[in-house]
Amino acid sequence: MKLLRIALGQVSPRLGDVSENVRKHIDFATSAKEKGAHVVVFPELGLTGYQLRDLAFHVARPLNHPDITSLIDASKALDIDMVFSFVEQTPAYRFCVSSVYATKGTIAHVHRKIYPPTYGLFEEGRQFSKGDAIDSFSLGDHRAGMMICEDAWHPSVPYLLSVSGVDVMYVPAAGPGRALSGDPHSGSQMFWNRMLRTYAQLYTSFMVFVNRVGFEDGVFFFGHSFVASPTGEFIGGSESHDECLTTVDIDLEIVRKERYRSPFLRDEDIYLTERTLSRIIREGRTW
Amino acid sequence: MVIAEVDSLLRSSVANSVPILVEFLRQEVRKTGFENVVFGLSGGIDSAVVAYLAVQAFGSDHVFGLIMPYKTSSKASVDDALKVVNDLGLSAKQVDISPQIDAYFAQVHTTAPLRRGNKMARERMSIIYDHSVEYRALALGTSNKTELLLGYGTQFGDLASAVNPIGDLYKTQIREVARLVGVPQSILDKAPSADLWEDQTDETELGFSYEEADTILHLLIDDRLSLEEVCAYGFKPALVETIMRRVQQNQYKRRMPVIAKLSSRTIGIDFRYPRDWGM
Repeated sequence: MKLLRIALGQVSPRLGDVSENVRKHIDFATSAKEKGAHVVVFPELGLTGYQLRDLAFHVARPLNHPDITSLIDASKALDIDMVFSFVEQTPAYRFCVSSVYATKGTIAHVHRKIYPPTYGLFEEGRQFSKGDAIDSFSLGDHRAGMMICEDAWHPSVPYLLSVSGVDVMYVPAAGPGRALSGDPHSGSQMFWNRMLRTYAQLYTSFMVFVNRVGFEDGVFFFGHSFVASPTGEFIGGSESHDECLTTVDIDLEIVRKERYRSPFLRDEDIYLTERTLSRIIREGRTW
Repeated sequence: MVIAEVDSLLRSSVANSVPILVEFLRQEVRKTGFENVVFGLSGGIDSAVVAYLAVQAFGSDHVFGLIMPYKTSSKASVDDALKVVNDLGLSAKQVDISPQIDAYFAQVHTTAPLRRGNKMARERMSIIYDHSVEYRALALGTSNKTELLLGYGTQFGDLASAVNPIGDLYKTQIREVARLVGVPQSILDKAPSADLWEDQTDETELGFSYEEADTILHLLIDDRLSLEEVCAYGFKPALVETIMRRVQQNQYKRRMPVIAKLSSRTIGIDFRYPRDWGM
């Protein structure tokens, strides 16, 4: 058994108040460590709040900003890995929705959101630059990858993470609920659940979904963070739309068993995918 | 039959909305620094629903209702408002608006019901906002989605508020939520009325029923059907067109005033911050 205890830091960030949110992240990380967690995961834009509009300009931080390095340092001081998200200002002043995986006082990986949605109630494309890389990273005994909220609604993102060899995919999110479904779980919440359990099974990986809670300008974020196992099962989560810290234990050995039983990853023909994509790109989109 | 179908869909969709609305009130009010709320209690279903939600969110000690009849207001309205007050154990105050309305119209002569009605709605608004200081309370809105879309309300009158928990619920959904939160039966049963003049009812004044309006609005707005597609369900084209025209013509009531753009950062155009900024 290769146990990894994951803490789901389901926070309600204070909009625009980075230092307050850093404090909250450190409090949650401290509690997570007390619960014996190896990693604590926070939602998309947990350090800034979501509906930023022009606040994006004020809350953007470069990776070497003290607000960010204090959390990276905390991963060493508290001896717990941390996944946290904020508005990253790149050296060339691009503004990205980014998520950092910090471990032992260093940055293991930065993922910049590939697909900032700009439709319906979403207007991220007004402020944010698209990320341009999808990659996994090694954490010693396993490999992990990150995708942020809307990234997961593009199957190419988990696909590319999968073929780059991940065992655990972290999905920080700011998923709004639309409560009028008549079901205790909103439609978007049920879709997230179905989608990530399906990915977990198809990509024989653990999926760790951490969604924020709270209201911003009337918009409700539904929480219900959870972990799905490579068998496609829900193996634990918060079942609440309030702030909370939930731990879920995963056994990385399950990845080994599932990949033997269902060798989709082994059989996946990335060369065929590449040839086909290249042909489609060469010929141009005909639709 | 499409009315019955949509009506039942709209009603069943709110089955689990109460905890969300209660939490919405708690968070959106408290983040402004307020612990109390104030609003007008008309005796109608909309303000009654807001009262029940607010008591769930803050407890009756923090909820202030204002009953503001004019001398021609129906006695039943005041009685129904008092039923809500007694049932919830609210602090409520009655302010008779007749003297201030009569004083104004003694100087400014008109018999136009619209002007008199608008004036009453705006006087009530000014009384609510005045009491918001005394009670250190935030003003809650009691306009529903049907009224907001049709523009069936007075701008800067009953449409004015800081936070509105029921603005995304059609009238028929309000009735369902009212049942869920325990609004007294007499309020559920009576015909909706702005009670601005005797024997006024919303449905007579509007010229269509709320069930018709909500079905048509749901198809046009939520399902994004075209006018033709809605008419294909058997609605009279004149009715569908009237409703669509009202939605369009009243867009201004749902927006802040238009500002002439001169600078590079104009409020509402490219000076864009969330409402919750700094709260």
